[in-house]
Amino acid sequence: MIGALVLLAIIVLLVLWVIGAYNGLIGLKNKVANAWKQIDVQLKRRHDLIPNLVNTVKGAMDFERSTLEAVIAARNKAVNATGVAATAKAEGELTQALGRLFALTEAYPDLKATGNVAQLQEELTSTENKIGFARQLYNDVATEYNTRQATFPTLLIAGMAKASPAELWQITDDTERAVPTVDISTTKPAP
Amino acid sequence: MSEAANLFAQQESNRRRSTWLVIGFIVFFAWVGFGGDLAFGLLTADAPPGEYHHVVPVLGIFTTLVAAGICWYSWRFGARQVLWATGAREVTEPATPEERQLVNVVEEMAIASGLPKPKVYIVPDDDPNAFATGRDAATASIAVTQGLLRALSRDELQGVIAHEMAHVQNLDVRLMTLLAGMVGAIALMSDGMGRMVRGGSRGVRLGGGGGGGSRDKGGNPLAIVLLVFWLLTLLVAPIVSRILAMAVSRKREYLADATGAQLTRNPLALATALEKLEAASAPTQSITRGAAHLCIVDPAPGLLGTREGFFADALESHPPIRQRVARLQGMGYLGEVAAQKS
Repeated sequence: MIGALVLLAIIVLLVLWVIGAYNGLIGLKNKVANAWKQIDVQLKRRHDLIPNLVNTVKGAMDFERSTLEAVIAARNKAVNATGVAATAKAEGELTQALGRLFALTEAYPDLKATGNVAQLQEELTSTENKIGFARQLYNDVATEYNTRQATFPTLLIAGMAKASPAELWQITDDTERAVPTVDISTTKPAP
Repeated sequence: MSEAANLFAQQESNRRRSTWLVIGFIVFFAWVGFGGDLAFGLLTADAPPGEYHHVVPVLGIFTTLVAAGICWYSWRFGARQVLWATGAREVTEPATPEERQLVNVVEEMAIASGLPKPKVYIVPDDDPNAFATGRDAATASIAVTQGLLRALSRDELQGVIAHEMAHVQNLDVRLMTLLAGMVGAIALMSDGMGRMVRGGSRGVRLGGGGGGGSRDKGGNPLAIVLLVFWLLTLLVAPIVSRILAMAVSRKREYLADATGAQLTRNPLALATALEKLEAASAPTQSITRGAAHLCIVDPAPGLLGTREGFFADALESHPPIRQRVARLQGMGYLGEVAAQKS
């Protein structure tokens, strides 16, 4: 009789634990998806801003055509990238191309004075920062999710929750790791 | 994980402290009221029949209700009240590049901390300062002065906003905003009650004078002691409540500096921002004493502003800027070492 009660209690506890762990995993999975969406929103915003910037500076910087074209090419590549790793790589290249463009605008004081460029630059700086912070958040949440599903005992129900490791957003490029600044008031033209 | 646990513990502690603050506040007001009732009751107990006997504790019931009302009001409208008192205006449609930048930086920090974007306010004051208020992340507001926008670079502004965001995340804003409402109410109440007591005791003395002056002189010693003690509480309450506000806020500044640095991963920007804020030591006139503990730097640095030690610690709402800067620089140095190793 007592034995049966103990057994029952153990089973109930076990079921409760499974429910808790399962819900925890699903919650984290949704958090990862949400954090990724945050990055996505900012990436899209950056992609939308770039044509504006290119149109604004096009007239004044006609002979720097190759730089502008590099920005546009990098942007188009980034728009079409899918998957975490590919997106991270394409966006990294776009960041570099933009950095070069902003470094060049330094040589055109008139351009800076029009205000429009300064405004676009502020927007792009902010978007870039937001991408960075969203990436921090994404990586933090994804790491927590990955650790949870790979450690005992949650490991046992990872299959039931259809949990698979989330890919981290890695910085693939050494120049990007150095955090390029796109603030023209402080940036010196790249050598 | 330990960061998350840490944050959770901090939030929990702030929730608990907020509850205790409310309880303590109501108990204090109940003491003021019922204590007064008791003293008057004892004083008038020997009065001859037909004269006034203080039996129903009207004062106590009144003050307790008022205290509960003030708590409810501080909870519900405290943030709005603080913002209103500083003359802050909300930035909904950023008009100037400075405002645009401010809104952008707040959005960045909201993303970094994973919280909803707080409302953004600008205080028309030339002295650089900033504060956050609200009950929780969903109702939070961050306000900066016009002078702050002018004085700081983008990175420094980001550091300051990150510091404020840390207060929001830790739920410091809840405790601080409640406290702001209560400090103001206690100051007001103490003034008002003091006046009432002076008027009231004169009435009792006059009433007693008609009956028997000799008996009044011998009086009820317990009632006299109680009355003196009660008057003392009234006198000391505003000072104690302010010291409490200061003490509660000081530890939080270090913590918010550290959490803010974690958000931006750039402690040195906040360090230089703090140095700039200290250098511009003109008092922030828009921010009154009651809301001082909310600000990133003391709006009216007193004589003790740059001193360190026990008394400075007990009487100032903010730790000395030099110590805060030193801690941030330590973090920045550690960060650089870590970056070089990897």
